[in-house]
Amino acid sequence: MAEPSSTRRRSGRPFSVRHLPGFTLVAAACFVMLYAPIVTLVTYSFNGGESIALWEGFSLRWYVSAWANEAVQEATVRSLVVAVLASGIATALATMAALGTTRTGPFPGRMVIYALINQPLMVPEIVTAVALLIFFAMIKIATGYTGLAYLVLAHAAFCVPFAYLPIRARLEGMDLSYETAAADLYATPWRTFRYVTLPLMTPGIVAGAMLAFVISLDDVVITEFVKSAGQDTLPTYMLGQLRRMVTPEVNAISTALLALTVLLLTVFFALTRKRG
Amino acid sequence: MVRPTSALSSGEITARRTIVRRYWLLCLPALVLLVFAASGPLLIVLAYSFLEPAEYSGVVWSLSGEGWFKVILNRDIFDDTISLADAHMTIFWRSAKLSVLTTLLTLAIGFPTAYFIATRPKTHRQYWLFLITIPFWTNLLIRTYAIMEVIRNEGILNSSLMSLGLIGAPLQILYTDTAVLIGMVYVYLPLMVLPLYAAMERLDFRLVEAGYDLYATRFQVLRRVIVPLVKPGIIAGSILVFIPSLGAYVTPRVLGGGKNMMIGNLIELQFGEGRNWPLGAALSIGLLVTVMAALVFYVRNEQAER
Amino acid sequence: MEAQSQPAVAMEARGVSKIFRGPEGDFHALDSVSVSIAEGEFFTLLGPSGCGKTTLLRMIAGFEHPSAGQLLLHGEDISDLPPYRRQVNTVFQSYALFPHLSVAENIAFGLRMLGRPNAEVDQTVDRMLKLVKMEPMRNRLTSQISGGQQQRVALARALAPAPKVLLLDEPLSALDLKLRKEMQIELKRLQHETGITFIFVTHDQEEALTMSDRIAVMRDGHVLQIGAPREIYDQPANRFVASFIGETNFLSATSEGIVDGGIRIRIGDTVSVETDLPDGVDPKGDLTVVVRPEHIVLRERGAPDTLSATLTNAVYFGTDTHYHLELASGQHPIARRQNAAGAPERVEIGAAIGVAFAPSAARLLRD
Repeated sequence: MAEPSSTRRRSGRPFSVRHLPGFTLVAAACFVMLYAPIVTLVTYSFNGGESIALWEGFSLRWYVSAWANEAVQEATVRSLVVAVLASGIATALATMAALGTTRTGPFPGRMVIYALINQPLMVPEIVTAVALLIFFAMIKIATGYTGLAYLVLAHAAFCVPFAYLPIRARLEGMDLSYETAAADLYATPWRTFRYVTLPLMTPGIVAGAMLAFVISLDDVVITEFVKSAGQDTLPTYMLGQLRRMVTPEVNAISTALLALTVLLLTVFFALTRKRG
Repeated sequence: MVRPTSALSSGEITARRTIVRRYWLLCLPALVLLVFAASGPLLIVLAYSFLEPAEYSGVVWSLSGEGWFKVILNRDIFDDTISLADAHMTIFWRSAKLSVLTTLLTLAIGFPTAYFIATRPKTHRQYWLFLITIPFWTNLLIRTYAIMEVIRNEGILNSSLMSLGLIGAPLQILYTDTAVLIGMVYVYLPLMVLPLYAAMERLDFRLVEAGYDLYATRFQVLRRVIVPLVKPGIIAGSILVFIPSLGAYVTPRVLGGGKNMMIGNLIELQFGEGRNWPLGAALSIGLLVTVMAALVFYVRNEQAER
Repeated sequence: MEAQSQPAVAMEARGVSKIFRGPEGDFHALDSVSVSIAEGEFFTLLGPSGCGKTTLLRMIAGFEHPSAGQLLLHGEDISDLPPYRRQVNTVFQSYALFPHLSVAENIAFGLRMLGRPNAEVDQTVDRMLKLVKMEPMRNRLTSQISGGQQQRVALARALAPAPKVLLLDEPLSALDLKLRKEMQIELKRLQHETGITFIFVTHDQEEALTMSDRIAVMRDGHVLQIGAPREIYDQPANRFVASFIGETNFLSATSEGIVDGGIRIRIGDTVSVETDLPDGVDPKGDLTVVVRPEHIVLRERGAPDTLSATLTNAVYFGTDTHYHLELASGQHPIARRQNAAGAPERVEIGAAIGVAFAPSAARLLRD
């Protein structure tokens, strides 16, 4: 930390109320620890050799080979389709639910609604995964349908709380007086929603949709249990790969996913930062 | 003047009812989806835990306590003697031990880190926070894989230790409990830092000044002023780390290999090779109840703080 | 205002009550309130917070439903109409300007919702911007203008649809003192130019006195007195109104008997005055007289028709000085005297002096 220089040099440092010895060091170690493995992973995705430990010069060969890998292509498309559909559904439902729970004082049953919406955040993923495996197996036997809808619905369900949180936060920061003013100025309830509430809550909706998208894209456990045969998403494909000989191709896929996540998060931060 | 004591006009009552109904209707689609694809199936798991396993997979629809019995006990196939299920006990113990250790280690690293961020100038804090958030939202599998690369025998940890001459042969870390612990600390660290930071950001440093004014040393201020004030954040972070640690599946599977299982992997096993769905269901419900108990403890604590 | 024999009634509340149900039982925010507000009037609802003034205003706007009673706008019952069907607009305390719309779009909002043709909307918006002197700001976002300017936009937005009644919910409370004084004059001008009925809610008695044609003083869900500012100040109906509006001295008095057109009362041992006997005052009981500080005159001790007093403190206020007095009866009135130019006259604290007031300044009070 740079101290302001004074004309008269004094021995000793000024007393800082906020300073605690060693804390900065641990924090520095923490950031190094968080980023060193990620940096290593990204670095080796550009390795020219077969190894994920021995650097043999810069190359994009693993990106090329991942791009050419049909299984990766399929899994990528599937991941994106599921993420788009699931985050779309989750965002729409979460928007409605946020409107239903924030533009009012307490009403009977609100706590039940909160509990249900936040349930996926509380129950261990493995338990939900097992539950869905059993339930969807019953439906698969009964209907014979084994399509992508199971994955989409399962993802949509656990994405709801993630979409709901930023939308609700946005609505709670929004004074009810805007809607009151609109009603006073002859706007019917629908027009109040269309011309006042919706435009004002849009940043929250976009933020919620992006979180939901990232969450869906990242899911491993529930997907692993719910997917039918040949329905790998990118993460479950990678999980399968980790059991075999790992090549830097996995690094390349990871790096691409990582880049997408960072991009979405940056947009999310930009959207939610300027508020109040 | 006669005035009815609790007179809401009929207009007011219908208006209120319509409003409440509208709010419920708005929440309904989300609730239907969540009941269908999240909460409802949990009841089926509960039911399955009381059924008999079928030959291959699935269940036979007849009532049985065998699933729950097998969670902790073993019946010998030949002479029906009952003994403690040692394999399960080992796994439960490992799950509990690793979860507690993960919580303590993330707290030890996360507390100074959160404090560091909270004491940065206001405009800088969001950037430090962003650095914590990126790993938080990064795919769990990718992060686990990243750690795997670092600690494997040919990984940078071993190769740098060897090139420094500190060790002669690579340390076998991967596929041990230590690997799982390192992995869990790594992946759950942001979950500790974020609530701790939220609590520390609200910390009123005038109280810290008051502590120093009243002759407290740095350590005493930390112990007697800062820690008690951010206690809700410590508890929130600990719960947020402990719960997913206990139910961890991906990290022990990738870093622990086949042997170093935790409860999550044991559950999966019953639905895969183990072919004992009722036992898997009983284990799931057991895990769920444990987690819920931790949550109830947390909520109680939260309310008591207010 | 033009002399009209019988101005039409713009807004009327008939026996309006509002009961809020809460966990600790029912709260009577309004208790069968009846007021009648004439067309073109600047009518103020004045009272401390929680007196029900805002509830009444929100009820007229349509945001609260009356538990009992009727609300009539130009003779038509509007109690069951939703807010967007009432030709009444509100200037909100927080202004509630739409942050996603520009100044001009905010002003146009009501007209657009009413489905007015674009040409008419544009014309009205221009007129309103001119009326509140905000033409240069028309394309600004409402977050980019100052508090006083937001206030003007809120006014223009509420006036644009030409409501039958304009409701103003403590609109000046967020402004600093100087701006508030300016806006008080501005509001009067706007009301004069538009001829729209204004119903103004405030807890600031000075604001109410300076701006209103008539004031309704409220407390605990009841209307205590309705009248012109002068009437309310000079002839407060009861102790609460007297103490809420302006500064007041209460002096106890005894009856010396009914006289022609009033009552003769004695205050202390030395002062005896004739005054009106208001309705509801029991001439045989303990009497209270209200005398405003500016009506009290300081004299020599022992001068005729004065009460003996001791000066306990003198507080300098710039324009005037407040003299704190102690009477022989133990009461502590305050006298106010405007500071004259030149050297200040010195009155020693602790000095024995006399206190006098004109008989017309004393008014008997109902408790």
